Amino acid sequence: MAAAADHTILATSHTMRDEMAAFAVMTILLAIVPWTGIYPFFVMQALCFALVACAFNLLIGYGGLLSFGHAMFLGTAGYVSAHALKVLGLSPEIGILCGVASAAVLALVTGIVAIRRQGIYFAMITLALSQLLYFIYLQAPFTHGEDGIQSVPPGKLFGVLSLADPTILYYFVLAGFLLGFLIIFRAINSPFGEVLKSIRENEPRAISLGYKTDHYKLLAYILSGTLAGFGGSLKVFVAQNASLTDVHWSMSGEIVLMTLVGGLGTIFGPVAGAFIIVAMQQYLAGFGQWVTVIQGAIFVICVLSFRRGVVGEIAHYFRRSF
Amino acid sequence: MQGLYAQLLVGLINGSFYALLSLGLAVIFGMLNIINFAHGALYMMGAFCAYFLLNMLGLNYWYALIIAPIAVGLFGILLERTMLQWLTGLDHLYGLLLTFGLGLVIQGIFQNYFGSSGLPYAIPDQLKGAWNLGFMYLPVYRAWVVFFSLAICLGTWYLIERTRLGGYLRAATENPVLVRAFGINVPRMITLTYGLGVGLAALAGVLSAPINQVRPLMGADLIIVVFAVVVIGGMGSIMGSIITGFALGVIEGLTKYFYPEASNTVVFVLMVLVLLAKPTGLTGRAT
Repeated sequence: MAAAADHTILATSHTMRDEMAAFAVMTILLAIVPWTGIYPFFVMQALCFALVACAFNLLIGYGGLLSFGHAMFLGTAGYVSAHALKVLGLSPEIGILCGVASAAVLALVTGIVAIRRQGIYFAMITLALSQLLYFIYLQAPFTHGEDGIQSVPPGKLFGVLSLADPTILYYFVLAGFLLGFLIIFRAINSPFGEVLKSIRENEPRAISLGYKTDHYKLLAYILSGTLAGFGGSLKVFVAQNASLTDVHWSMSGEIVLMTLVGGLGTIFGPVAGAFIIVAMQQYLAGFGQWVTVIQGAIFVICVLSFRRGVVGEIAHYFRRSF
Repeated sequence: MQGLYAQLLVGLINGSFYALLSLGLAVIFGMLNIINFAHGALYMMGAFCAYFLLNMLGLNYWYALIIAPIAVGLFGILLERTMLQWLTGLDHLYGLLLTFGLGLVIQGIFQNYFGSSGLPYAIPDQLKGAWNLGFMYLPVYRAWVVFFSLAICLGTWYLIERTRLGGYLRAATENPVLVRAFGINVPRMITLTYGLGVGLAALAGVLSAPINQVRPLMGADLIIVVFAVVVIGGMGSIMGSIITGFALGVIEGLTKYFYPEASNTVVFVLMVLVLLAKPTGLTGRAT
């Protein structure tokens, strides 16, 4: 028994080291993007979605809760940040703070409702809640309905750094993404993350061990929603607008798809998935609705024969070969 | 008052669609443990099937009412045999994701060929016109939709709750392994159940074709409302699904009259209230 425990600890420290190495590689690769000639707009967009997908993955991959409404955090934070920047004329850092705070409040309110059910009911409830918000934003005056909030001014970060400069904007978005990613990474490897995993595996047993599982689930939901909102706020600076498409259920579906393609419950999977899906949308933009068909087909293929996702398959392959 | 009755009627009609769709979802969930996200797309296929039958083969509404549910039901059986059956034993969420993907594929293909605008489908001659009830004019077709849906819902309830076949079905829902041990072919029953649920969705599509026009995305938003209906009603009882479906349609209709701004959101708001008061849904059992 003791030997087994030792082995587990060794294995975790081993994976921890691998993950740290992978994180370093990822950071370096992302940091040199402006010098490679890769279209930075594409990478920034992918980074924003990657953060949202990582936040979503925290909930499904570690808490076992499938949210089909994560677009509501993305969209809400986007609208609030865009409004703060454009109409109230606030600085970028305050604008982001407002967006993230709004996502946190939204997560608290919807979380109290949604965590009352599990499994597919949780998915249906989050979907319905995001649809509720979609209709509210459709009618609310500050969102400008179908037009959305257009040409949001980038502003100067801390009053010094002009985010109109693409390179500065790139590193700003990258820093935001890395911050969000590290928060999630830390949460997963904390005692909180361990309790979350135990709830995913066997909730009744976690309850019998004295954990207030509802509190943990709500906390995970709020953390996930807040960080997804952070991604949404960053996206406002990249796209310079906030619109209804960001709150629509199809956006929630895309977030699910990114995570599924990359690998549910893997730390780097959502990042890989976000890059794959955003790249696919970029290349297939001329094909109209076939993009929807292809996305649907990827869903089907992933569920039927590729449930580990890209990163999950790679990790599985290496673990087996050792 | 005219407006109120008109909105009540619209509510009853929407309620018929909610009832037919949530009934199908509940039946499928009972046997397959899958929430069929493709339900909206299959409902849309039912409407398109009626449209094709009329414009390509010259078969009118009454043929469509029989052929479309069977054709789409067979398509559903094909989906179940080729894909859904492989999910047995996996987490329920994979069924949701798979059917979500199937819905995207089906809707995307129809959008490619038919765009997003609606195609007209005429009300059949026998159901044209309106009755003067004194306090309002009741369009015959709308009355027909409400009564026919109600009849189908009650028929399905009778089939499941009162017949021998329904007994097997309910038994297999409770304990498939034991029912198989009695020599009943449970996998075939699962396939047929999926076909039945899908057929109900297609039937709702045919019924709605003359009212809502035939559009590739006609089921996309509807299915989300139906999910809320299912959460409110719980999937534990067939009769519960039927009553909740009709009741929510009526409440939505009343909202359209008294406070139109909230008509899109009222079902979702009710879902929140029900979850706060009784998390298992009105008829649902604890899961």
